[in-house]
Amino acid sequence: MTVTDREERVLQIIETARAKKARFRDKQITLAHGAGGKATQTLIEGLLVPAFGGETLAAMGDAGTVEIAGASVAMTSDSFVVSPLRFPGGSIGELAVNGTANDLAMAGARPRALTVSMILEEGLDASVLRDEVQAIADTARTAGVEIVGGDTKVVQRGLADGMYLCTTGIGAIDPRAQLSTGGIRPGDQIIVSGPIGEHGTAIMLARNQFDLDAEVESDTRCLWPAVDLLLDAVGAQLHCLRDATRGGVASVLNELARASGVSMVVREADVPVSPVVGAAAELLGIDPMYIANEGRLVAFVAPEATEAALAALRTVPGSEHAAAIGEARAEPPGMVMVQTAFGGRRVMDQLVGDPLPRIC
Amino acid sequence: MKYVDEYRDAQLGQALATQIAAAAQPDRHYKVMEVCGGHTHSIYKYGIDDLLPGNVELVHGPGCPVCVIPMGRVDDGIAIAHQPGVIFTCFGDMLRVPGSEHTLLDAKAQGADVRMVYSPLDALRIARENPDREVVFFAIGFETTAPSTALTLKRAKAEGIANFTCVCNHVTIVPPLRALLESPDLRLDGFIGPGHVCTVVGARPFQFIPADYGRPIVISGFEPLDILQSILMILQQLGAERCEVENQYKRVVPEEGNLRALEVMSEVFALRPHFEWRGLGFISQSALRLSDAYAEFDAEQRFPTPNVRVADPKACQCGEVLKGVIKPWECKVFGTACTPEHAIGTCMVSPEGACAAYYNFGRYARERAAV
Repeated sequence: MTVTDREERVLQIIETARAKKARFRDKQITLAHGAGGKATQTLIEGLLVPAFGGETLAAMGDAGTVEIAGASVAMTSDSFVVSPLRFPGGSIGELAVNGTANDLAMAGARPRALTVSMILEEGLDASVLRDEVQAIADTARTAGVEIVGGDTKVVQRGLADGMYLCTTGIGAIDPRAQLSTGGIRPGDQIIVSGPIGEHGTAIMLARNQFDLDAEVESDTRCLWPAVDLLLDAVGAQLHCLRDATRGGVASVLNELARASGVSMVVREADVPVSPVVGAAAELLGIDPMYIANEGRLVAFVAPEATEAALAALRTVPGSEHAAAIGEARAEPPGMVMVQTAFGGRRVMDQLVGDPLPRIC
Repeated sequence: MKYVDEYRDAQLGQALATQIAAAAQPDRHYKVMEVCGGHTHSIYKYGIDDLLPGNVELVHGPGCPVCVIPMGRVDDGIAIAHQPGVIFTCFGDMLRVPGSEHTLLDAKAQGADVRMVYSPLDALRIARENPDREVVFFAIGFETTAPSTALTLKRAKAEGIANFTCVCNHVTIVPPLRALLESPDLRLDGFIGPGHVCTVVGARPFQFIPADYGRPIVISGFEPLDILQSILMILQQLGAERCEVENQYKRVVPEEGNLRALEVMSEVFALRPHFEWRGLGFISQSALRLSDAYAEFDAEQRFPTPNVRVADPKACQCGEVLKGVIKPWECKVFGTACTPEHAIGTCMVSPEGACAAYYNFGRYARERAAV
């Protein structure tokens, strides 16, 4: 056997192993399972999807869709455990509304109604609760969603770190939208709706772990107005949407490259990063592409629709700096590559560790 | 960013890449080892290897401080972390390094109070804030991080902080390099020297590489232009049949090192007779313990540890991969018994290790995207 044959055989062993369905074999849950990277993927694909079945779930969109009385309805649920509860630019209450509304928007649905469940810790200061209830009400009003139900539970001191929130939302799928996680085609352009990494950086600095001071605010915001205008501008040429929350833009690209069977090439120099986020990431040794956002979407559009999509996005407050950052390609499927600003190329892998737990 | 962007200029990078291609003789294959894990990280981050001609190959060296910690030491750390009342602190990348059965992250999930810190001083602060708890710092790293551990211990002693101890895993870079160079089947042509280590120890300790082993070494900074320039300097030495220690990182590395840091280190640390390196086995006089004057801060003396040596599996060939004798895929256990999920050897432990990179990116690591 020649050397090349041997290498080829080893590569095939690895590729067969990787193509196998993920199996959840871990003995216990660690923080990595909540980080949005490889361990989260194994948990979802190896335990949850097989157990709950269903095509909708297997598509692994940000929201599921159900047909009710002839209408396509998007439905989703999200929990919020962020620490601290308040941070520059937002709070847990704002995240709880925007996070769920955004998951609906990414499915092409106008967010319509939410339920809110609260798990409160014994001893929580009532003024903290009042502030968050107000934040939920205000954010819902801005987003145009109605709070139609909810639940409250109180657990013993020490069991909930103040409060946890869980919101469930529904909305009708917009007839202009033809979005799917598997819908990205070679040639599609990758657009981000603004500078990345601001939410994660704001939380990191708010925790005061690093003795760093900088003016950076969470980008938490409802993305439906942006989606609405995008659909108006490019309609069915918009192939897929994701909000880049946990694990950041890098994780979104990796997930979707796998789901759509395409590769992605990112031009690092074109990715919008504010100087403050760039400097904080440099100091802490973190790549902004992996930092969480709470009000940034990644859109995949047909190449001829790129300019129209960018023009539409740039009219939306908060998306003025939307940019095209790369494109989808046919080969090699499932891989994300970066053309670095320095001129080299490398693979941008899924997140393995957790740079920062409990950011949303 | 000022003083950073200047060293990341893509046009200057292209110009250096062109000079490197011109300096490399087309009929010769060059293997250059970057000794330090920090260089490996920069090479990966900026895609530097992608700018090199096909016959200039970079080999990742033994300088990743996390990867070289053997399983037995991780087990000792986990045992201490599980002691009642202990707050166990370490750098973030240490959390996922596998011991014989578990990682520190697993220990945390099992109830141990394991906390990530960015500096040993943070660990000392935690000790100050929690006088009723035992705070242990798991110190790792080469001469780069050893001075900060030493200063922290000096401060702990001066303040009389009794609930702070340290598991000292500090290692030194020269012995493993010598071990690599001693190997009769070594296939390396030159070395990119560890700039950060040299800011502490200076350039002189590396004289033995050209003097005893006839290989050039260029002490390098960590920005992409630094690394490309260092590679060019190595090729120029080889082309002119020169062989010496050159200092590309003059803006930071003084010839004699940082005498003050060396002084503090010699006060706080003492040389261990030998130390085990994951993938490389026992290397004599290659690591530091706390000196007798600082014995009261030695976690290994304060807490019971299993102190069991967990042998690297015999089939593991990390040593050969590091020496450039074999490619990752030629190792007997690569991709079967040794995978990123269940790493056996040092080259698979860190995502930037030669084997992990090859495993994750496979054929695309070489072909890469046709951007």
